[in-house]
Amino acid sequence: MMGWFLSVLHCEFLRSGPVDTALLVGGSAAVVCAVIGVFTVLRGHAFAGHALGDVSSAGGSASFLAGISPLAGFLGIAALAALALEFLGVRKVREQDVATGIVLGAGLGLSALFLYFDITTTSTTGAAVTVMFGSMFALSSSIKWPAIIVACLALVAMGLLYRPLILSVVDPELASTRGISNHWIGVVHLLMLAMAVALAALSVGSVLASALLIGPAAASIRLSRRPTVAILGAVIIGLLAVWGGVWMAYESYYWFSGNSWPVSFFVVAIIFIIYLLTIPLKYLTGRKTPVPVAVQHATGAS
Amino acid sequence: MIQQRNGERRVHMPKFEESSKVALAADVPGPATEQPLLAVDDLTVKIGTRVLLQGVSFTLSPGEFCGLIGENGAGKTTLLRSLVGTQPSPHGCVKVCGFPPSRARGMVGYVPQKINFAPDLPLRVCDLVQLGCDGHRLGPRWFSRKSSEAVSRALAAVGAEQFAKQRIGELSGGQQQRAVIAHALARQPRLLLLDEPLANLDFKSANELARLLGHLTREHGIAVLITAHDMNPLLSLMDRVVYLAGGRAACGSVEEVIQSESLSRLYGYPVAVIKHSGRIMIVPDTEGPQPDEACYMEPSNGRNRERITK
Repeated sequence: MMGWFLSVLHCEFLRSGPVDTALLVGGSAAVVCAVIGVFTVLRGHAFAGHALGDVSSAGGSASFLAGISPLAGFLGIAALAALALEFLGVRKVREQDVATGIVLGAGLGLSALFLYFDITTTSTTGAAVTVMFGSMFALSSSIKWPAIIVACLALVAMGLLYRPLILSVVDPELASTRGISNHWIGVVHLLMLAMAVALAALSVGSVLASALLIGPAAASIRLSRRPTVAILGAVIIGLLAVWGGVWMAYESYYWFSGNSWPVSFFVVAIIFIIYLLTIPLKYLTGRKTPVPVAVQHATGAS
Repeated sequence: MIQQRNGERRVHMPKFEESSKVALAADVPGPATEQPLLAVDDLTVKIGTRVLLQGVSFTLSPGEFCGLIGENGAGKTTLLRSLVGTQPSPHGCVKVCGFPPSRARGMVGYVPQKINFAPDLPLRVCDLVQLGCDGHRLGPRWFSRKSSEAVSRALAAVGAEQFAKQRIGELSGGQQQRAVIAHALARQPRLLLLDEPLANLDFKSANELARLLGHLTREHGIAVLITAHDMNPLLSLMDRVVYLAGGRAACGSVEEVIQSESLSRLYGYPVAVIKHSGRIMIVPDTEGPQPDEACYMEPSNGRNRERITK
């Protein structure tokens, strides 16, 4: 089994340049999205995360026009949108959906304009598909290091703020009595979210970014009882999906006689299947909860 | 962004500036000193033109159990938030062990009103208590024997060992309340503030929790300030009571404060105190002769309140 697996991997898979870039950029996106996704899901900002992904498509399409790195485009617009969300009051429960909807609409409008320019002025007809649905094998290898640096920055920021973030997720009032400013924690979380979403948009496309952000985190949260385990589980699921997706897309060239399917499809499909699997898994593990206290007393007394 | 225990953020309380310097020059006062654990002097909180608290003064000594009683909207939560330094724009003087609240965070444990824990929140009770030790710190957590001992001590103090490894969202309301109290106790505070811990609990859990809090004051010497709209479950425990009505406070022993005369003055309206088989009920006094309203108006210098306090 192992020998077969290695032989499959060895057949030029790892030696190919585009695959190498896809594995590195996609892997760093998966790790950052998993870690920050857990907090995003727990804070109830899944919709905001999705909106940031969609809005970042404006940056991606603008980068084609300006001839800059697509990562810079995605990241710049996502960060701007994150600040706009904060300004419009995304942390207030009542205004959250409204703020997200407003920013999402404005951002997608901008994206429509830039994509129109892309198609009319430059002859990049594939721009829309690349920005919206990603194409990991088409990433230029020069983007490897910037992506890894952005990922490391996000992870270091998360490592620093891990405990205050958890406390503020559990209960903002509990956090504020410990001297934690929920306002600043919220701003920093949104900026980290922008970084995660930009990396995800680069690898699986801006529309599918939320799948990588929310899916692994949500699946892992269902199954774990501790925050660190939830994060670790999300990282594993994310990496499994991205690397598995890259491998399957590479192999699909042989499966479908020379027509390889898009990587993003495989990544999102794996995430969806894993999430579906957590439902019966949760049911099975849920039955093993400790014996209720009352029963313990009863058996102890007898 | 994150304020450490000795952070410098100044709450807007002009009176603190000078006195806090004096307190810092001396050592942290030990329990033997005469200084009260908590001193609130002439605390006034206004939001816009709305007066939430007006001239509230009381003190609390180590090991005392004090009830903060009042109807909904009387300003109980505002008062507690002023004591932990999260209430914006308080005026007046609040000192915990001689320090302003923002410098005394390690000495105060705070249990907010009912927290809604999502059932799927991946957080065990012991994780929450661990966050009570070090949740405000930056950077990753390294294992330390000291903090794990603090966690097990706090869990034992509230009797939460049995469900320490369970997700907090799956527990009953009473168990969750215990977990949050353990979270507040993790840093071994000298003052424990609880906001309506007995509301939302069934009779049995409420009774158990009240006894637990009484135990904490006696065995661990922690001063407890607990808000409640119904004082009856606390009657046997309270050393002192601070009664809030309309933003003003009367403070003293239960016998001194919970009587028709002082409460009528506080409400600015005649109220009757009905005592029956060890229970107390406060109702508007519509039966008896209606006294002249004017005599219940609050004097502007608050002399009456001081008399009650003494």
